[in-house]
Amino acid sequence: MRNFKEFAADFGWPRIIIFFFLIALFIGAPFVGVSVSTSFSDVFNRFGQNAILVLALVPMVQSGCGLNFGLPVGIIAGLLGSTLAMQFGLTGWFGFFGAVAICLPFAALFGWLYGLLLNKVKGEEMTIAMYVGFSLVTFFSILWLLLPYSSPAMVWGYTGRGLRTTITLENFWGKILNNFLAVRIGQNFTFPTGMILFVALCAFLVYLFFRTKTGTAMTAVGSNADFARAGGVSSDKMRTVSVMLSTMLGAVGILVYQQSFGFIQLYQAPLFMAFPAIAALLIGGASVNKASMVNVLVGTLLFQGILTMTPSVINSVLQTDMSEVIRIVLSNGMILYALTRKTKVSK
Amino acid sequence: MTKKFDFKRFVDDNVVVVIFLVLTAIATPISGLSANYILQDIFTRIGRNSFLVFSLILPIMAGMGINFGMVLGAMAGQLGLIWAVDWNISGVWGLGFGVLIGLPIAIGLGIVCGSVLNRAKGREMATGYILGFFMDGVYQFVVLYLMGAIIPMRSAALTLSRGYGVRNTVNLDSVRQSLDKLLMVKAFGLNFPIATYLVIALLCVFIIWFRKTKLGQDMRAIGQDQPVSNASGIPVEKTRIIAIVMSTVLAMIGQIIFLQNMGNMATYNAHRQTGFFAAAAILVGGASVTKATIPNVFVGVVLLHLMYIVMPRAGAQLFGSAQIGEYFRDAFSYGAIALALVLHAWRKRRGVAIDRAGMRQNTVDPDAKGGVV
Repeated sequence: MRNFKEFAADFGWPRIIIFFFLIALFIGAPFVGVSVSTSFSDVFNRFGQNAILVLALVPMVQSGCGLNFGLPVGIIAGLLGSTLAMQFGLTGWFGFFGAVAICLPFAALFGWLYGLLLNKVKGEEMTIAMYVGFSLVTFFSILWLLLPYSSPAMVWGYTGRGLRTTITLENFWGKILNNFLAVRIGQNFTFPTGMILFVALCAFLVYLFFRTKTGTAMTAVGSNADFARAGGVSSDKMRTVSVMLSTMLGAVGILVYQQSFGFIQLYQAPLFMAFPAIAALLIGGASVNKASMVNVLVGTLLFQGILTMTPSVINSVLQTDMSEVIRIVLSNGMILYALTRKTKVSK
Repeated sequence: MTKKFDFKRFVDDNVVVVIFLVLTAIATPISGLSANYILQDIFTRIGRNSFLVFSLILPIMAGMGINFGMVLGAMAGQLGLIWAVDWNISGVWGLGFGVLIGLPIAIGLGIVCGSVLNRAKGREMATGYILGFFMDGVYQFVVLYLMGAIIPMRSAALTLSRGYGVRNTVNLDSVRQSLDKLLMVKAFGLNFPIATYLVIALLCVFIIWFRKTKLGQDMRAIGQDQPVSNASGIPVEKTRIIAIVMSTVLAMIGQIIFLQNMGNMATYNAHRQTGFFAAAAILVGGASVTKATIPNVFVGVVLLHLMYIVMPRAGAQLFGSAQIGEYFRDAFSYGAIALALVLHAWRKRRGVAIDRAGMRQNTVDPDAKGGVV
């Protein structure tokens, strides 16, 4: 009993409640006429769609930069990658990996500058990151209108210039990862094998990275910057590397999101994309200064599970659409909980 | 302090203000709007927005940064107004009734907000921001599901056709501009809402007076140095909560003044941008995260809103698209907040480094020390 209490205190009551809430939703689903196989299919789909965006938060948490509210910086790089790939007329696998190849240098550059900035404002990263993300997104809203894109698939039909708010990927590389080796079972269940494999690959690479010398040094900087410095690790350099890595993963993350979603969303869409990712990571058991692969995978699965299940199940029970309220309270409540928690690890 | 005006130093200290001045100075002639139009709009917007911006001053004084949790107060104000409309109390009395209803709600929310922020020392701003989002969900739950279902509503015009929940837009015709029109003075071809200005002036006097009281002094001391204040017997946690409660109450009144000027209320959206606009205004006005004065508020409101008036037109003239102008002003407002926060953090770190060099480590703020490597 005592063990359980310790475990509960460590893991956090909110997470346990969310976990049991999700199980209750799945158990209750068949009774209110919600198809379980469709639900599982949706959960896996959305898990793959969001997992890399959540993964992108890990390096910065580990290096002590806190929760990356500036994730939109990476997302913008990803948007540049996919729009440029479309402009060059790349389709299929060439299109997707072309977009990845194009976005990575942008992400590295943005991440480097963003990292330099964050090094100057240690201790206040989170609020500043939030507003850096906001201003970059709005700044790029101007650029989406002004940059000389010309592909007819992307620009507004009547003026011939300026990118559309949403661009369909249907004839380019929409669902390309999802459909790769996809397994169909029955009528309603599809397992997006390709996308899950890609997520697993990315997670494994990040896992490996944290086993290397640089990765260990990064964790050391995050746990105790003074000791790390005494051990000959440049904390500023490690932090910059972590921010770059985070930004690059964010760029790849949005590409995976787009191909599964089927559309590129521009302009104000990336503004608040960091918040659900952060909520997912925290639900998975991460804290403001510690996160692991398990946190990412469990958190994304739980959070996306709740987001998928609450609209269908709760709406069938209550006959009203409460999912929006539940989503807002749950995700922000989780972030609040993490921010106000007195962590055992000294900061 | 020398009396000689040091231009370089002035620009250095007020770089955000200077950027905005230059920007609006360029954009205003391009927009082609008449001076009369711009001035009238500015005078209206001073009355509409200043009170909200003032609600940020006390938490800044108490060292808690920009209180993004002020949206809680805005929500309380909206609840108050919904009731005033529902009970069909019109005119200034309706506003007064709204304040009366909003007051206990704002105090309650303020206590919650203050206690939460006390648990998140050193990251109040991010926490307050998220708390605003969180409470937005709770507000939606109350207004969309409980009102009319559990909380009785009388007016059918206010409720959704399904029988409960408040409509997306609340028509505030009964209280529309009742404070502004109470004492409208026409001069130089412009309208001045004197009654609103008087309320704002009263608030200024209150803030000046409050700074000199024991409580005000305590807040300033806490803003300077928490451990020292604690050692000298100031109840730090309690005083911080009081600062937030006062800020929330002021935001509640501010939102009511804002909405009576607008004349209608987007029930589920009106409060969302409040924190952003107020924060942008006070920072554009030259305030920092630790220091804000009454002139900061007025300079900020005038500059920010001047930009909001002229930018879409300037964008339309320059690029043939008002949309670009709108993105432009948003980018600059977000950028101004980011820049002000960065500059402040950067100066603080530089200050700490200087302190360390001077071997005066004991006086350094421990929160700041943690960040230095």
